[in-house]
Amino acid sequence: MAQAVPDREVIAPTLREIASDWSADQEVFRHTHWGKAMMWIFLLSDTFIFSCFLTGYMTMRASAVLPWPNTAEVFALNIGGQELPLVLIAIMTFALISSSGTMAMAVNFGYQRDRRKTTALMLITALFGLVFLGMQAFEWSKLIFEEGVRPWYNPMGAPQFGATFFMITGFHGLHVTCGVILLLIIASKVARGHYDKAGDYSAVEIAGLYWHFVDLVWVFIFAFFYLW
Amino acid sequence: MQHDPSATHKGQQHPISLYLKVWGLLFLLSAMSYLVDYMHVQGIVRWVLIVTFMLLKAGLILSIFMHLAWERLSLIYAILVPPLVLLVLVRIMTIEANYAFWTRAIFMGGGG
Repeated sequence: MAQAVPDREVIAPTLREIASDWSADQEVFRHTHWGKAMMWIFLLSDTFIFSCFLTGYMTMRASAVLPWPNTAEVFALNIGGQELPLVLIAIMTFALISSSGTMAMAVNFGYQRDRRKTTALMLITALFGLVFLGMQAFEWSKLIFEEGVRPWYNPMGAPQFGATFFMITGFHGLHVTCGVILLLIIASKVARGHYDKAGDYSAVEIAGLYWHFVDLVWVFIFAFFYLW
Repeated sequence: MQHDPSATHKGQQHPISLYLKVWGLLFLLSAMSYLVDYMHVQGIVRWVLIVTFMLLKAGLILSIFMHLAWERLSLIYAILVPPLVLLVLVRIMTIEANYAFWTRAIFMGGGG
């Protein structure tokens, strides 16, 4: 007599896990720190905000009748008598990626209870963030004072360039600013041994999630706004 | 992968060398996407290269730096599936942008 195959052999165990996580009468995100789950949900909502900005940018750029400025020339820098296209943005990208690298290591040392290294790496991360913000301030002032770009006007062509540029990079810069403040708060708590009392260093990882997300958003802005 | 609850219980513990490797890869991918612009690659090749490098970078940051590769599948799907609906928005807005562009071009003399 043909025996029905037990479905635990048919259905992949990971899919069974999803089914039981979502159907069981308990928390979905078992074994996940509550703060981490909440940070992920916040980041998901932030994903939608930035996606709306980028989609709006796509719509405005595709419907613009005036020529779109060449970003490689707009964001070029004159270094040593040589005009390097987009070099400022490239340096900003490397600064942000480096900060993500140091942040990932800070999380690691946090879970090893190495307070000194965690604090130091978080401070380096915040410093990279400040470098990024400084370059962004330079980029903004160059565009506003030298090129005369405004959110409603752009002497190089399509006015939509000004609107989307200030909106998208401004909102991202705001995120970086908040990230730097968050990092400084958590770093000072680590330095004071706050998390040793509870024995839980998840706060470092949660702050790290936010910081990596800021870097992640920049990856998309870099590709769509600056390189496209 | 996600069958080890202790991994999240004690916190994410991965060798530093892994982070350094990902860091190097991200540097390399950024440099390559910068080169796409520097070498004046144009047309469909440019877009394919930019999007490929972008997705690779995003994947590395998400999976390694944000530890998504070691999370439970329920959390991974809860995070990665909802943004897919954005593709619908992009599609709708492409149609809208085309309409606005041609309306401006035909009825407003192309002057915006």
